[in-house]
Amino acid sequence: MPIPPRILTLLIGTALVLVGLWVGQNVNLLPVDASVNAPLYDELFKVLFSIGTTLFIGIVGMVLYSLTRFRRRSDTAGEVLAVEGNLPLEILWTAIPAVVVLFVGIYSFDIYDRMGGMVPMHDHSMASMQTAQEPEEKTWAGISPASVEGEPPATAVPIEVTAMQFAFIFHYPEADIISGELHVPAGQPVSLRMTANDVIHAFWVPEFRLKQDIIPGQPTLLSFTATRPGRYPIVCAELCGAYHGGMRSTVIVEEPEDFANWVAQNSPVKATPTSSAVIS
Amino acid sequence: MTISPPSDFASTAEQPRWQRYFGFSTDHKVIGLQYLVCGFLFYFIGGALAGALRTELLTPISDFMPREVYNELLTLHGTVMIFLWIVPVVNGAFGNYLIPFYVGARDMAYPRLNAVAFWMIPPAGVLLISSYFLGGASQSGWTAYPPLSLNTAATGQVIWILSVLLLGGSSIFGAINFVGTILKMRRPGLQMMQLPMYCWAMLGTSILVLLSTPVLAGTLVLLSFDIVAHTGFFNPAMGGNAVVYQHLFWFYSHPAVYIMVLPAFGLVSEILPVHARKPLFGYTTMVYSIMAIVFLGLIVWAHHMFTSGTPPWMRLFFTIATSFIAVPTGIKFFNWLATLWGGSISLNSAVMFSCGFIVNFVFGGITGIALAQVPFDIHVHDTYFVVGHFHYIVYGGTVFVIFASIYHWYPKVMGRLLNEPLGQLHFWLTFIGLNLCFAPQHWLGLNGMPRRVAEYDPQFQFINQISSVGALLMAVSTLPFLINVIWSAYRGTVAGDNPWNALTPEWLTSSPPPEENWHGEAPLVHEPYGYGLKSPVSS
Repeated sequence: MPIPPRILTLLIGTALVLVGLWVGQNVNLLPVDASVNAPLYDELFKVLFSIGTTLFIGIVGMVLYSLTRFRRRSDTAGEVLAVEGNLPLEILWTAIPAVVVLFVGIYSFDIYDRMGGMVPMHDHSMASMQTAQEPEEKTWAGISPASVEGEPPATAVPIEVTAMQFAFIFHYPEADIISGELHVPAGQPVSLRMTANDVIHAFWVPEFRLKQDIIPGQPTLLSFTATRPGRYPIVCAELCGAYHGGMRSTVIVEEPEDFANWVAQNSPVKATPTSSAVIS
Repeated sequence: MTISPPSDFASTAEQPRWQRYFGFSTDHKVIGLQYLVCGFLFYFIGGALAGALRTELLTPISDFMPREVYNELLTLHGTVMIFLWIVPVVNGAFGNYLIPFYVGARDMAYPRLNAVAFWMIPPAGVLLISSYFLGGASQSGWTAYPPLSLNTAATGQVIWILSVLLLGGSSIFGAINFVGTILKMRRPGLQMMQLPMYCWAMLGTSILVLLSTPVLAGTLVLLSFDIVAHTGFFNPAMGGNAVVYQHLFWFYSHPAVYIMVLPAFGLVSEILPVHARKPLFGYTTMVYSIMAIVFLGLIVWAHHMFTSGTPPWMRLFFTIATSFIAVPTGIKFFNWLATLWGGSISLNSAVMFSCGFIVNFVFGGITGIALAQVPFDIHVHDTYFVVGHFHYIVYGGTVFVIFASIYHWYPKVMGRLLNEPLGQLHFWLTFIGLNLCFAPQHWLGLNGMPRRVAEYDPQFQFINQISSVGALLMAVSTLPFLINVIWSAYRGTVAGDNPWNALTPEWLTSSPPPEENWHGEAPLVHEPYGYGLKSPVSS
């Protein structure tokens, strides 16, 4: 029994969407997720990968089908139907990408919001770092803190980051520690106040799915919450000179008590009530 | 009629054939070929630079060349490929050769300006390359972001700016000529909506060039002041603002992507109907799509700056604007598929490269829509994911179309066909090489490899080696092409005037064409895609 073309189109379309969904859900192209941001990012990635797979297989399939089915067999060009356009069809394929990009846009906006991207730039965690000595200074926020729902907002650990050719220096103002590696506690928001000394650098931790340029003259705030203890690379992602490829560091995500121990061992100042409150 | 290209070319010329191509000729066909050959010379230089970069990246440590030289070569590679290869060829070469035929004219509107525009390119290119030998080329990438561009290799950076200013000037002169020719040089009776699609693509592209290139020129002049006169426009140490440079730079350089792909869209729209023997599907929507892309292309630049301290509202606006470019672009791709559908398709090299373009560009377009989403971009911005993405667009897209066009129009220019088996070999080597080189780079970016690095995490070595093998394959793929182009000029099958039985006007004169294009009056082609139509398509 021959299947009517409309039903066949519908069946192929459904199969394509199912294949896309299956591939999108099962693809594993990303490194381990180690921040509150990362699972949200991976969710967006899966959705985009599903849509992309469906569109790509569909369009490439149509190209291959056309080239085989409508290939000229003999040297003489056969008579073909002169179709110059088809308005309903053209409206349909204007509508399909429009609906797809609208969906993708709204969905990625939602993800961005859940990552904390829409939080106003000056919130409580930053107030503590805006000292009176530099009141006129502009700050530029990256993705703001994503607090875990249901829990009371924890105080962010303030860390000052200085980027220079070709290193990152981390300064813990409360404990007065200077370190070449970034130690952060798991499960607690961290607020980086980043400045660049010479040229533009970028702070990127692939496992956090987070990147922020550090631009000279524009101190930049970046907040995140690490979740998975471990050692992850910090990579400079903006061309910054000859040794740009070597400008790397490590972020060490520790259990809160290990982090407290590290602070206690390295701090030249005695633990004060305020600093212990910050890290506990 | 026996056609021997060397002698026939010279028949109506006042000078011997070879001399015209090195002189200040005002013939649009000569200028078009000057652009093409000059572009190819720089393409081979840019390709050799890419080969050096991929050789360095075979190992995770920096061992093939000094790190400074790596940055010089990557800057030269990007600048040469964009400003000396793709933009001049896809606009200048094909635009100059085809547009006067398409509007039924005997030459461009401003022939002397046309020659001036071309002759700005070779000195600019030589100047750019010479900076490498005059104390080192620019090391700040083709984007030349300050403060890095203010701090490193001042001589090289100033030469880079001069060279790009010359090339931008050439591009503006060319665009003025295209707008003038398309709007004012049309044969009497020829309506705008009867023009071949490449004219619309070039009109849209020229509008983009005229609106955005002056902004780049002004920006680079200010940057040169910062370097030479120690002003502080973009230098934060002197109260300047480095982000303002990025806005101004991308106000040109995002439209530059459309300056590179819109003409390619136009050329594919010429090639596919001829070889599928069907009218171009949806002419009117194609025209509106081009104009929609021109408009949207001007208001999406900040998606290159999502990690540059861009405020949330701006991130959102540019995400939405960028995503919507997918709609007019999607229309064009569906229209090409519908043009192929039900046709009588000749699977020759021109069609293979055109379909390779569709496949590659759809892939690059999908990753582009992903990159437009702020939360997605924040992870992969400035990584190899972006490198993979834009090479799919400019190489997999535009360069594939350049090759398709050469297979399609070679018999027009030379009177002989290119060799088909060599063309197929060229296609498959290029297609496999491209995908082997650039597809794995998406994975590298997702997993933590930034772009523009001479050294990287050793865990990425194997994938980088695969990518380098792909690059080698792409280099090898130019050999059958070069052999084909040279061999066919002397030994290729004689094509006759219209080997494809095409209906667009350039085929309605002899191949190669006479000095002033037409033997008599220019034909009036009111249905340039009237394949299969019973009514007459031209008069």
